[in-house]
Amino acid sequence: MRSEYKLIFERSHEGRRAYDLPACDVPSAILEIPDGMRAKEPLKLPELGEVDLVRHYTNLSRRNFGVDNGFYPLGSCTMKYNPKINEELAPMFDDVHPLLDAEMCQGCLALMRDMEGMLCEICGMDAFTLQPAAGAHGELTGLMHIRAYHEHRGDLERKVMIVPDAAHGTNPASAAMAGFKVKEIKSAPDGGVDLDALREAVGPDTAGLMLTNPSTLGLFERNIKEIAKIVHEAGGLLYYDGANLNAIMGIVRPGDMGFDVMHINLHKTFSTPHGGGGPGSGPVGVKKHLIPFMPVPRIAENDDGELFLDYDKPETIGKIKSFYGNFGVIVKAYCYIRSLGAKGLKEASENAVLNANYIMNQLRGVYDIPHDRICMHECVVTPTEDMMANGVHTSDVAKALIDRGYHPPTIYFPLIVHEAMMIEPTESESVETLDEFVEAMKGIADQVKSDPAAIHAAPVTTPVGRPDEVTAARKPIVKYEW
Amino acid sequence: MAPNDRKYTRDHEWVMVEGSIAKMGITVHAAEALGDIVYVELPAVGDETVMGESYCVVESVKASSSVYSAVTGKVVEVNEELDGAPEKLNEDAFANFIAAVEFTEINEDELMNADEYEKFCAEE
Repeated sequence: MRSEYKLIFERSHEGRRAYDLPACDVPSAILEIPDGMRAKEPLKLPELGEVDLVRHYTNLSRRNFGVDNGFYPLGSCTMKYNPKINEELAPMFDDVHPLLDAEMCQGCLALMRDMEGMLCEICGMDAFTLQPAAGAHGELTGLMHIRAYHEHRGDLERKVMIVPDAAHGTNPASAAMAGFKVKEIKSAPDGGVDLDALREAVGPDTAGLMLTNPSTLGLFERNIKEIAKIVHEAGGLLYYDGANLNAIMGIVRPGDMGFDVMHINLHKTFSTPHGGGGPGSGPVGVKKHLIPFMPVPRIAENDDGELFLDYDKPETIGKIKSFYGNFGVIVKAYCYIRSLGAKGLKEASENAVLNANYIMNQLRGVYDIPHDRICMHECVVTPTEDMMANGVHTSDVAKALIDRGYHPPTIYFPLIVHEAMMIEPTESESVETLDEFVEAMKGIADQVKSDPAAIHAAPVTTPVGRPDEVTAARKPIVKYEW
Repeated sequence: MAPNDRKYTRDHEWVMVEGSIAKMGITVHAAEALGDIVYVELPAVGDETVMGESYCVVESVKASSSVYSAVTGKVVEVNEELDGAPEKLNEDAFANFIAAVEFTEINEDELMNADEYEKFCAEE
C-alpha cells in the first residue's frame, strides 16, 4: 500500500511531536479525580511531526466526494447543490444564545414563525414544528401525534401502522419506535399501493398508513384520493413521508392529497447540507385536528404583537429536542426558500422531474426500465438480462461509475425491484452534466460486452477497490489494536 | 430442488410439520436472492408467532428481509447455530431451520408442495 493511504496509527513514530511546549514552571493544579478512575498509563496516541499530520488529514479531505466535487445522483436522498449564500447568511445568527429572553431574540422567533408559515403553504398543512433533528426523528414525532390523537379520543385499540413494502426503511422503524405494530402490505405490480391489499389490511386496529408520494419508485401515486378515503373511513390517519417532496413543490400539496401529518427533510428538499455537512432538520406539519398535540414550545404572539415561546399546551406530546430544533439549518433552508420564491420552488420541482425523465429516456434500450412510465424526480433502472448473463450486476455498474468520476446512484433500493439502481439527478444539474453521466452509463454497458473482467475489477482509481463486505459484516473489527 | 418432505409459502419460506411442531426456514431460492447472509435475528424460545407475520429478520449485504411465519403458535426451539454462522443459510437453506414452533393454527391450503413451489419460482 502506498504510504499516502496509511492510517494515522501506522505513521506513528515514538517521540515525534507536532510542537513542543516548554516545561511548566508553575505548580500543577491537583485534579480531584478518584484513584480508581485515573488512567494508569498515558493514552496511546499516534506520534507524528506537524507536516506529516497536516498532510495526512489534507489528503484524506481531498478524497472526500460531495456535490461540490461532482455529480451525486443518489436516489431518494436528493443530493441537490447547497447554494453558498445559505452558508454565508446562517452565521449571522451565530451570536444568539438559546436561553436569551424572547424579547432579545424577536428576529429569530420571527424567522422561525415565518418558516413554519411557508412550510404550511408549500405542504398544505395547518401548522408546523421545526423541532425534530432530522427525517427519521420527524417520522417519530409525527407518529407520536397520531398515537396521541387516538389515545386522546379514548380509542385505545388502534395500534397497527400500515406500511407498504416499497417504503423507506425508516418508516417501519419509526412506527415500531413510536409503539405501533407494523403491518406491511405488498405493492401492486405498478409499484403503487395495492388498493385491495389496503382494504383488507385496514380495520378497527388501524392507527394509520405511512406513505411516500411520489413513491420510492419515483412514481406518482395516482390512487392517492382513494387511499386516503380507505384509511380515513377505517378511522386511521395518513402519514406523509416527505423524502420525495422535491418532485411536487408548487404543483400538488400533501395536505390537499388527504395527509394528516408529515415530515420534511430540510437537507433534501431545501438545500441544507447532508450528513457530515451539518446536522439535519425534520420539521413536522399537521392538520388542525393534530395541533393540540404538537411539541412545546410553540411560537406565539402576545397582545402587544411580541413573539414568545408558549409552553402552555396541556395535550402536547412534550419536548422532542433540546431548545427549538437545529436552528442554523432552519436559517439556511429559510434563505433557500426566500431566494427562490414561490415561482422558483415550482421551477425547481419541474426541473428535477424533467432531469430524471431525461436520464430515464436516454438510458432506455441500454438499461431496463422496470416501471416504464413518466417518472417524477427519480427513476429506477436495472442492468439488462444480457449484462447479467455476462455476470455484471447493479453493484458492478455502481463500482464502474466510481472510476468514471461519479458517486453511484442508490442501489438495491427500492427492495421490490430486483437489481434496482435509483437515479436522482436533482434540478441543479445542467443538460451537459446529464449527458456526460448518460455517456458514462452507456460506456459501462458497452464495456460489459467487450471486457466484462474490467467491470469486475472496478474501481481501480480508489485506495481500496472492493472491500470484503461479507466478512466486514460477519466478523466486524470495530477497534483498531496497535 | 425443493425437497418433498415439507411445504412452502409464497414468501419463499419452508415449513415441515411433525405432530404439533412446525419447523420453519427459508428456501434456497430465498437465500440465493438475498445474497451473502451476514446476520440472522432469531426469535427467542417462548415468543409467539402469528401466521403470515414476521418472526425473524435475515440480513444480507444487500438488504434485510423479514421472514414470515407459516403458523400461529409458540417458539419451542431456535437454531442457535445461525447466530454465529449465518452463512449456513447460504450453504444449505433446506438443511438449516430457523425456528420450531408448537402451533395452534396452520392453513395448509395456502401452502404449496415442492412441485407447486418450483413452478411458482419459475413463473415469478
